[in-house]
Amino acid sequence: MRRPRISLSAVVWLLVGAAYFMIPLLATFLFSVRDAQTGKCCSLGAYGVILHDPEFWTTIRLSFRLALETIVISLLLFVPTIYWVHLRLPRLRPVIGFMALIPFVVPPIILVVGLLGFFKDTLHAPFWYLGNPNYFLVTAYVILAFPYVFFSLDAGFRAIDVHTLTEASQSLGASWRTTLLRVILPNIKVAALSGAFLTLAIVMGEFTIATLSAFHTFPTYIQYINETQAYPAAAVSLMSFGITWAAMLSLLLIGRRRRVGAAVTIAEVGH
Amino acid sequence: MPGRRRRRSLAWLGVLPFFAYTTLFLILPSAQVMIGAFKGEAGGYTFGNIVDIVQTPNIRHAYRQSIEISLVTALAGGLLGLLIAYAAIREGTPRWIRSAFTTFSGVAANFGGIPLAFAFIATLGTVGIVTQFLTNVFGIDIYANGFSLFTKTGVELAYLYFQIPLMFLVIAPAVDGLRTEWREASANLGSSSFQYWWHIGLPVLFPSLLGAVILLFGNAFAAYATAYGLTASGLNLVPILIGADLRGNVYANPHEGQALAFGMFAVLAGMMLLYVPLQRRASRWAR
Repeated sequence: MRRPRISLSAVVWLLVGAAYFMIPLLATFLFSVRDAQTGKCCSLGAYGVILHDPEFWTTIRLSFRLALETIVISLLLFVPTIYWVHLRLPRLRPVIGFMALIPFVVPPIILVVGLLGFFKDTLHAPFWYLGNPNYFLVTAYVILAFPYVFFSLDAGFRAIDVHTLTEASQSLGASWRTTLLRVILPNIKVAALSGAFLTLAIVMGEFTIATLSAFHTFPTYIQYINETQAYPAAAVSLMSFGITWAAMLSLLLIGRRRRVGAAVTIAEVGH
Repeated sequence: MPGRRRRRSLAWLGVLPFFAYTTLFLILPSAQVMIGAFKGEAGGYTFGNIVDIVQTPNIRHAYRQSIEISLVTALAGGLLGLLIAYAAIREGTPRWIRSAFTTFSGVAANFGGIPLAFAFIATLGTVGIVTQFLTNVFGIDIYANGFSLFTKTGVELAYLYFQIPLMFLVIAPAVDGLRTEWREASANLGSSSFQYWWHIGLPVLFPSLLGAVILLFGNAFAAYATAYGLTASGLNLVPILIGADLRGNVYANPHEGQALAFGMFAVLAGMMLLYVPLQRRASRWAR
């Protein structure tokens, strides 16, 4: 007994959901195209203010660079580890899975307290580490990205036969490096890219650790604009949404058939 | 067997970088928070910081308010997310609607912090689009009637923006696991829609639902950027207090921030202890 028609209550709830999602974005858009002098529609002036602000370019470039550095370090650290665990140390898999849950109980607001307390007050780490976002923030962001990259890669490795691929590759005379780069990596490319795009979205939106350790990144720039200029704030908020959108859409496009939910089930660090 | 032992020791070396990294940048800093929370100002160990937290009315109020906001948005977001997920997945709804909602949820669940705060200011702030629309079209001035975006209610509305889609993403596989045959079988045996939900649907979904609500609770409880973006330091929440402490403009005792963070950790760890076994049970039915 198939009902081809959509039920009325389903329509109502879907509309509620769509409205909750769309109205704030629409309002932000309408705000962003207001004229600075008259407060009326329509002017692209607010976008001009942002695009002509050198701070915008400095901070967005910094955040993008931090995101790339985080992605590179995460993949270098986690791909070989998870490969090795699947191949040789399967008993360690639950241990690493458990560790990937720790960022849920140690969210950014707690992590930043710990990082500053540990590196600044206990170790008295040098300024080249504490004062440089490329070191301090990236080491923290690798931790924030860890659960997402882990669950993404773990699913990827579970879907392939690590043992057969490795044995086949080595019996044909390949070195470990060749095996990892030319046999394993192409097979987990989708998983690695999913992790990379999630990391990109996280780093481009991360505010808590950046602001509380006194760095000026893209999200702290948005906060500064929010406090000072209303219409440009709408414009830059919308741009930030666009970045999240692009990252998540890329994620979906590369992994069409994979379950989307899996990667999004731990804490959302950007909030 | 010397050969075998040698291989094992090499195998352990392979995961050394990972454990070194996570120890240095996750475990030790976390341990620092836990230990620091029990350190006295003059050195030595004490429960004084924790006692201070429990006895300071302002901090007690912050914990209560943080827990209230997390609870309200977890329950409301959970309910709405479930209803929307069911509406998107149930029979009769075209397949593309589900894909569209999944995509939008993936974006919205990851959209938070400062830009989200501004989106809500543009929507429901004093001169927000919806605020003005209600005033101009219906003659209702919500701000004259006691509403303000920069209060607990406002923060809750903003949090729902990422809580509802997160619920959608988390619960969709479980809703998908409700087989059509169960519904048909129960209908064939003469049961009503209510009986189906009460005896089959909800019991099957229950571990997933509870797990998802716990996840949403933790998600809201740990949130800092959205609340900060909306109210600056105006709203009394635990993360906001910790932030003010780190910015160095509130407390004299350097261990108070660590004690506050330890309190958050204790709540989140409690949530996690409930979440993990539920997740294990829930995965039984998920597709």
